[in-house]
Amino acid sequence: MTTLAGARTTDDRNLIARLWDNQEARSVIIQIITLAVVLALAVLVLRNIAINLEAIGKEFNFNFLGAPAAYDISFSPFIEYTSRHTHLRAAVVGILNTLLVAVCGVLLASVMGFIMGIMRLSSNWLISRIVYVFIDFVRNIPVLLHILLVHGIIVTTLPPPRQAIDIGADFFVTNRGFFVPAPVFQDGAGVVGIVFIIAIIAAIVFRRWAKQVQDTTGKIYPVFSICTAIIVGAPLLAFVVMGAPLSWDIPQLKGFNFQGGLALKPEFLALWLALSYYTSCFIAEIVRAGILAVSHGQTEASYAVGLRPNRTLQLVIVPQALRVIIPPLTSQYLNITKNSSLAIAIGYMDVVATIGGISLMQTGKEMETMIIVMGVYLVISLTVSAFMNWFNRKMKLKER
Amino acid sequence: MKLKTTVTLCAVAFALAIANAAQAGTLEDVKKRGVLNCVVSTGIPGFAFPDKDGNWKGFDIDFCRATAAAVLGDPKKIKAVTATGKTRFTKLNSGEGDVLWRNTTLTFSRDVGVKLRFHGVNYYDGQGFMVPKKLGVKSAKDLGGASICIQTGTTTELNLADFFHSNGMKYEAVTIETNDEARQNYLAGRCDVYTTDASGLAATRSTFTDPENHVILPEIISKEPLGPATRHGDDQWSDIVTWVLNAIITAEELGITQANVRKMRRTSKNPEIMRMLGKEGNQGAELGLDKKWAYNIIRAVGNYGEIFERNIGKDTPIGLERGLNALWTNGGLQYSPPFR
Repeated sequence: MTTLAGARTTDDRNLIARLWDNQEARSVIIQIITLAVVLALAVLVLRNIAINLEAIGKEFNFNFLGAPAAYDISFSPFIEYTSRHTHLRAAVVGILNTLLVAVCGVLLASVMGFIMGIMRLSSNWLISRIVYVFIDFVRNIPVLLHILLVHGIIVTTLPPPRQAIDIGADFFVTNRGFFVPAPVFQDGAGVVGIVFIIAIIAAIVFRRWAKQVQDTTGKIYPVFSICTAIIVGAPLLAFVVMGAPLSWDIPQLKGFNFQGGLALKPEFLALWLALSYYTSCFIAEIVRAGILAVSHGQTEASYAVGLRPNRTLQLVIVPQALRVIIPPLTSQYLNITKNSSLAIAIGYMDVVATIGGISLMQTGKEMETMIIVMGVYLVISLTVSAFMNWFNRKMKLKER
Repeated sequence: MKLKTTVTLCAVAFALAIANAAQAGTLEDVKKRGVLNCVVSTGIPGFAFPDKDGNWKGFDIDFCRATAAAVLGDPKKIKAVTATGKTRFTKLNSGEGDVLWRNTTLTFSRDVGVKLRFHGVNYYDGQGFMVPKKLGVKSAKDLGGASICIQTGTTTELNLADFFHSNGMKYEAVTIETNDEARQNYLAGRCDVYTTDASGLAATRSTFTDPENHVILPEIISKEPLGPATRHGDDQWSDIVTWVLNAIITAEELGITQANVRKMRRTSKNPEIMRMLGKEGNQGAELGLDKKWAYNIIRAVGNYGEIFERNIGKDTPIGLERGLNALWTNGGLQYSPPFR
């Protein structure tokens, strides 16, 4: 080739070599290359999908959501659903079922986790050892096996409906679920509900006011007891005044099954209990770490300034422990939500089983249904994350 | 370190994306691979199940072996790609399987909506109900309020909803992923009723320790024509699967059996037999196969009647009658277009 071209190559090489020697420029180059490769792959995969869908003649659209689903969902506690409703409604039923088990799971796992975390720190050797063994046994076995185990226990050890265990007060235990009387609201129940909401607002207002008084005068009101009294007492009073506008729908054995009442199905129970106790073991360790992270000197210092033990716990220990607990707790809450997708293994009709399972099969819309399911989990997880981040900011050490 | 991981991941993703790119030309792919990938069920006694040595056996498996015998000349060169009711079409459409022989009902929505090609019917079935004898149920119309175990992702799920809706009855659907889990839930008493295709009920009942204590109700609530399927977009491969099935049915009609096929090929003067077994004409080459393709099939697995009796017939634990699956000449529905 000509000398000119040769010279240019040397020049270019020099430029690249010089850029390569510069650390900042080098990292930018590497990042650009990486980004380009990732984007190229994304384009390739999308193109591939488009070509393959084209090859078998499939269209990408969400029109199927409006068509009748044609299948039944036996567990829909919040909205009415029959096989004549649409795929969209089936998806909503699934989403609500996912949310139900996630919310119930978070609540139970938190309570169990905090109790076990504190028991783990107990000075009683037996209690702390038992909890220790339980935690290490449970958290080292995959959660799917726990779900199958609990479901298996409920289904195989409990009696069928005709030999139901009657534990009194119209509560029945069977291998088709636990049946309890369902509350039926009569005329006037709305008033009780309104009073309840007003009571909550009143309690919040009172709490603000009490804090203001404390800040200006130092006088401390028993805020917790008074708030509880308002929130429980006012609706109770309204309930009595309105003439007890509530009756009970009692479960009764008719034909094959119990009819009426509220039913806790084995599928829901198994998923809820297994997810809760599995996750609670991780939460217990997080709580233990949080409490141990606050040095004992803090307790002694607050005693020294004259705080009583319960005020010490409330004002000094817990706020500092929470700062350590909240971030890892967030991941556990997210884990419960995501692990609830294992519901399909025992036939709990969550979002994966309805729109991501039966609808997918009956319509053949794999891409579309999976995008919906992934979107649902993403939205739920991001919402939980956002809430926990807000809570974390609120609890974090305020540096003034 | 981080970069290295990224690069590795990219390489893997790239390989995966490329691997899935080619789809047409299934015949060449199978020949090159030397193994036929059949999508089959995760285990239904008599239809598709691994025996104690891990060899796949059963009615559907024999059809898969027949396809391998026709394409590769060897019925052993199969790989069973197991799929639940939910994953079967995805496995076929993604190219993981070459052909689906998995007691799958031919329906409009699957043919048109899921974009499959169906190639006839290898078993005429219908949905039935099984209940424990002690419940004293005599008819499916008495099942109002019952808990019913069903496999998810199946036509049975939809038939069930329609049947109960049109009869104005309520029920609790206990939706389970595989036949095995459904069976366990039924035996544990989680459900009063187990429903699936009648052949599947008979097969499942044969695995119980007390089959005599369970009855299959007389009502058949649906038509379930079960047959093989392939993806859209490969007509040559579709033709092969269609005519593998037809050859097996025609062989029974013409009296060709596993035992006499060699003699038939040598001595038969019937032109249709001569064409089919590759003695005359070039039907094999037109399909892109060896001229002895049909001969290889019958040598490997026998004709329709032989496959039926060996796997699910009267003398097996499944104990199914030919019924609708008898040849059309015997009052059944099995009828193959001619080899002409």
